[in-house]
Amino acid sequence: MKAETTYYPAVEQNERLGAYSGQSVPRVEDKRLLKGQGAFVDDLWMHRQGHVHFVRSPYAHARIVSVDVSRAEAQPGVYATLTGEEVGVLQQPYFQMAPEPGGLMKDYCMAVGKARYMGEPVVAVLAESAALARDAAELIDVVYEPLGVTLDGVATIEPETPVLHEEIGSNVAWHGVYDYGDVDWALENADHVVRIDRLHFHRFSSAPLETTGALVNWDPGTGEIEFRTNNQMPMFAAMFIGPAIGVGIDHMQFSSQDIGGGFGIKITSYTYLTALALLSRKAGRPVKWSETRWEHLAASAHGNERTFLDIEVPVMSDGTILGFKVRAFDDAGAYLRYEPLGAVIWSQVVPGNYRLKHVRVDYTETLTNKCPVGPNRGYSRLQHLWMIERIVDIVAKELGFDPVELRKLNYVQPEDYPYETPNGCIYDSGDYPTMLEKALELIDYQGARKRQRAAAGTGKRIGIGIGSTLDSGTNNFGQSRIINSALPFSGNGEAAIVRLDLYGEVTVTIGTTPQGQGHETTAAQVTADILGMSPDQVHVAAGYNKAANTYVGFSGTYASQFAVTGLGAVMGAAEKLRGEIIKVGACMLGAEESDIELADGFVRLAANHEVAIPFIGIAATVFANVAELPGELADSVTLNCRYVYRPPFTVPDHETKTGKLTLTYASQIHAAVIEIDEETGLVAILDYAAVDECGRKINPKIVEGQVHGATAHGIGAALHESFEYDSEGQLLNATFADYHAATALDVPDIRYDDIECPSPFTPNGAKGMGEGGGAPLSTICSAIEDALPEGAHIVFDTHNHSERVYELLRSAAAKGPRGVEVESR
Amino acid sequence: MAGEGGAVHSIEVTVNGETHQVAVEARRLLVHFIRETLGMRGTHIGCDSGNCGACSVICDGQLIKSCMMLAVAAEGCEIETVESLGEGADGLDPIQAAFKEHHGLQCGYCTPGFLLNAKTLLAENPNPSEAEIRRALKGNLCRCTGYVNIVRSIEAAAEAMR
Repeated sequence: MKAETTYYPAVEQNERLGAYSGQSVPRVEDKRLLKGQGAFVDDLWMHRQGHVHFVRSPYAHARIVSVDVSRAEAQPGVYATLTGEEVGVLQQPYFQMAPEPGGLMKDYCMAVGKARYMGEPVVAVLAESAALARDAAELIDVVYEPLGVTLDGVATIEPETPVLHEEIGSNVAWHGVYDYGDVDWALENADHVVRIDRLHFHRFSSAPLETTGALVNWDPGTGEIEFRTNNQMPMFAAMFIGPAIGVGIDHMQFSSQDIGGGFGIKITSYTYLTALALLSRKAGRPVKWSETRWEHLAASAHGNERTFLDIEVPVMSDGTILGFKVRAFDDAGAYLRYEPLGAVIWSQVVPGNYRLKHVRVDYTETLTNKCPVGPNRGYSRLQHLWMIERIVDIVAKELGFDPVELRKLNYVQPEDYPYETPNGCIYDSGDYPTMLEKALELIDYQGARKRQRAAAGTGKRIGIGIGSTLDSGTNNFGQSRIINSALPFSGNGEAAIVRLDLYGEVTVTIGTTPQGQGHETTAAQVTADILGMSPDQVHVAAGYNKAANTYVGFSGTYASQFAVTGLGAVMGAAEKLRGEIIKVGACMLGAEESDIELADGFVRLAANHEVAIPFIGIAATVFANVAELPGELADSVTLNCRYVYRPPFTVPDHETKTGKLTLTYASQIHAAVIEIDEETGLVAILDYAAVDECGRKINPKIVEGQVHGATAHGIGAALHESFEYDSEGQLLNATFADYHAATALDVPDIRYDDIECPSPFTPNGAKGMGEGGGAPLSTICSAIEDALPEGAHIVFDTHNHSERVYELLRSAAAKGPRGVEVESR
Repeated sequence: MAGEGGAVHSIEVTVNGETHQVAVEARRLLVHFIRETLGMRGTHIGCDSGNCGACSVICDGQLIKSCMMLAVAAEGCEIETVESLGEGADGLDPIQAAFKEHHGLQCGYCTPGFLLNAKTLLAENPNPSEAEIRRALKGNLCRCTGYVNIVRSIEAAAEAMR
């Protein structure tokens, strides 16, 4: 079946999927992980390896006056040290994705000349054991001259503020205006204009339980560098490392087997990989580094912090929201390690789940003396989507609309698909009203409203919240040209090989870097369907291996795309292999190809199943008995089939900032009932529901698990997890004792439901998913706002610890500014 | 094996039924002893502060965090690690089987700690409520599952073992 669409070339839907795809097949990864047989990076070892410890800046901003490593190097068991001064000679600054001014930044793998955030690596020590390296680090004398710090992502642009990077000249890394529709017209002609002073999306991290690590060996004989590492986007890392240290990508090998969670935070570890490579070359031995939790929380990557100012929302009297206008300040921290891509990635979801037509976002990417940000789960979209959900709830409250009805009125409707957004993105499919109904049923919405009324005067306040969100997946990397027209990136893709081995085994290798998403299982499911086997007959190689598997420039696991790009590649390769098996089988059986079918690992005549050849017969003939085959046939098959899946993207337009930025739009609608203790401001979640839509599901149980996980991250961030810096830029909570990662007592039982709206744009109807778009942040803010007394200040922050909620409760009596004003005409 | 420096003591400790007589540095943590000295890599490290539980093992019947104990303090102790669970290289015990069936793990990094936690819990309380399970799991962090399917797995294991 070919789905006709005016937006993309028609996509052939693979009709062979069905026997196993769509089933909750148990995961093949589980046995080794349950038996303690996984191979994580810290489990790996090389002969003669040394252990690395980093000396880190105790200051958020300081000039490095001098470094003396002599006492450390004199210690027994110490192999080498590497200082920032050496790095300044051995490394070229990293390639920058930003145009000027941010593009002028000179970024290195360690602090060169000065340190710009607390925890920035200043010296690396290599020793016989991690303990000796740590001991030696204590003996390194670094003299710092502390400098003034800038920590507020908005105030950092003011004159007289300390500048992080003198070569840039200010703390503005990127600025651009996104202007779609006619927001000035909308504001002039609306029946109401709702003005919101400020919303703030806080800084947190999904903090995978396994920290970053690597075992790196720069082989002096071959000049090849081996990186065994849990980096989750190795070819992106290679693109930064290679030019910086003058090594071709052909001389860099990357591999990983099991990765203990990533959530995007492990994408930007290329700086550490660079330092480890330089240290390995200097010491002439393999180097191993396992980041401590303190290092991970202080100095790997944080999620983006964003402040929204001067929001103006035009609304018609029937509740139609026409759009909005906002100034956004995104705080990148001290360096642009993945930024300013976030400055465009939010625009994959310009109107959120709503039919907003007129939008202007004045976006500034700024620099502060804090840990650099990285693409944390829901990256850049969840900040924007949270702001839109806040707008919807605030409009409902201020203008007296029912928040459920207002959403239903403004949602993109089921009949609108494919739906073109004001910036030219195409929402593929969905049904938000039905999902909202299901979410409300799961929390017993009417019952909750009764409980809310009954709670009046008890000292407890009940609130009901809704969060609608999008999980845009399969990026068009051409969107990078919206922020920098000179960037040579566009499209996307992933590679896979499916081959028939000598004894008839089917083996799959993919360019992805799974971190718990079950790629081995789902790749086996689709391959089994296409080749007429069962998934346990398909061997999918575990993990990433640049040399042994296959890859393209976009390979990796990030941005909600495996079900489309990864499985698209596997399906394409399996189809090629299927074609070759049928071709050889038809010849050997003396039949027409159209008379052949594949089943149970056999090639057989569709009309007579007794006339059959097992796959081993096909493989053995091609590999070891090839003279039996006609030469032309033998020359035309390899049984080793590589396929690159390529989404049908074109290059977006730099001038108008428009284009098709992502291929699929999975969505989730969440609903929650919370209870606030008036005495303390403590929030308890009473009921929580998540309804998911991600197109056709390949393995429903894996999808549900991803929804649970993303929900837990959002709940943790909404109520518990927040990076707090003091006025000198000291991170106050860089251990799990202080940074309260959500526990089993913090995350409630999540009631789950789903609907399926297959994507017409993908070969399997699936949509990428897993990020969840930060739905719980919106949902919990919505519920808190719903619980607040009349006249209270709006919920203005994503993070609502008990003290903040307590202040919001008390704000009603104070009758001060509420952070919102309405102009009605 | 790379040394850590400092005083060395000889200890006798039994791990998964096998007794080891080994010289260890006084400052070596039990988790590093298990992972590096004995080469058993199923016990993981997720934090430096005893908060995450990835290094959980059973010591003389009690669930402990092996990053919070020095190896020398394990003198005379009987330790059980994830490698002791299930028969042979491939067999799964009822708790492991329940985690597999109910998708109680994703990346698998925290999983050994949760399995040993569940084993200890079910030995003490064969019929725990959801609230009791959640309270027991409080000292183990999982960043992938949101705990929902871990709780379900332990409920299912409890039923299978009764």
